[in-house]
Amino acid sequence: MTSSLINYTLHLADNSLVLGHRNSEWCGHGPVLEQDIAITNISLDLIGQARNFYQYAALLTNKENEINITEDSFAYFRNSEEFKNILLVELPKGDWAQTILRQFLFSCWQNLLFEKLSASNDQQIAAIATKSLKEIAYHLRWSSEWVIRLGDGTQESHMRMENAINELWSYTEEFFVPATYEMEILNNGVGTDVSLLKAGWMQNVGKVFSEAGLTIPSLTTIYTGGKEGRHTEHMHQLLSELQSVARAHPTATW
Amino acid sequence: MVDVKNISVDHIWNMLKDVPDPEVPVLTVQDLGIIRDIHLRDEVVEVVITPTYSGCPAMDMIAANIRFVLLENGFKNIQITTVLSPAWTTDWMSEEGKEKLKAYGIAPPNPRQQVCNNELFAPHEVVQCPRCNSYHTHRVSEFGSTACKALYQCDECSEPFDYFKCH
Repeated sequence: MTSSLINYTLHLADNSLVLGHRNSEWCGHGPVLEQDIAITNISLDLIGQARNFYQYAALLTNKENEINITEDSFAYFRNSEEFKNILLVELPKGDWAQTILRQFLFSCWQNLLFEKLSASNDQQIAAIATKSLKEIAYHLRWSSEWVIRLGDGTQESHMRMENAINELWSYTEEFFVPATYEMEILNNGVGTDVSLLKAGWMQNVGKVFSEAGLTIPSLTTIYTGGKEGRHTEHMHQLLSELQSVARAHPTATW
Repeated sequence: MVDVKNISVDHIWNMLKDVPDPEVPVLTVQDLGIIRDIHLRDEVVEVVITPTYSGCPAMDMIAANIRFVLLENGFKNIQITTVLSPAWTTDWMSEEGKEKLKAYGIAPPNPRQQVCNNELFAPHEVVQCPRCNSYHTHRVSEFGSTACKALYQCDECSEPFDYFKCH
């Protein structure tokens, strides 16, 4: 039970950290100042969520093994095959349309997932989820509005949204395919059956897409495996940047 | 320096009343409702704090400042505990804190019931300009210089200002 709970907590942390990192790549490069600030604020929220989950995973790990690791051990000193984030969040940020669409698809899922987790039997997971939901409400509203603005905007912005959908859609099925550890903790009332979130997610995405003049494509290819540590080549490049300072100066403090 | 053997919890609250928020220094951490509880057992003082937003980068600094004040006052056994539940809300901000914010040039949070609206493209919250008191203002961005603020501008006096958004 404990090891699957740790793995599950790391999965939640890794999703948020990796997407937070990808969004942070816009810092100083956003299309306009206000939206640069918006996307980096969302990064900050996501990295904050990740820290809360990592701290909890460290607490559980230390109790189990009588060692003394910290949140940093997880973020900076694991290799890509140890990360349990879904593949969607590690893909390059692409253009603004792709960044917006990914944030929207993710927030829509995270919102449904965290609503379930806020009633988890695990009190700390419930507390982190409840706190995060207040921030996710902003992310979801902001990204939904942008999907509509771009989808229903100019010919160019509409085309870019369609390209983004074609690029990302095959990665969304992983939201709803449980990893081994997710199934293991289900019996303890800690997590939730993610396959049951799909109907609500499709409905919410469909509503925003129809307002944006976009269509949900048919699912032809499915990419999964991130939850179990099988990542795309982009993950190595992302981690080499994210971890470079900590690995070059492993004992540094400030 | 106080005699930590004969001190009350009320006295410790009072001791910590001037610890500032590092990002909005006009507010104290008590104005914000960040200190949730103080326990005292056998000369061990425990201060329970909660972050405003998950990613608030000021929490380590706040914990360090609290520890520093307690050390200065003679405490040796200090424990700072972070709790996440119940989640922080701007409803916990003191009235005095709201007045201080406004005087500083930041519009204080509106009562929460006004903004629990997750509809898309909903009309923006009406926020009063902290400079000229006009309600004729518009939102520039829902996200601002820190996680807890949004950017507004006054249409009467043209003042751009931060709004401490309700959460």
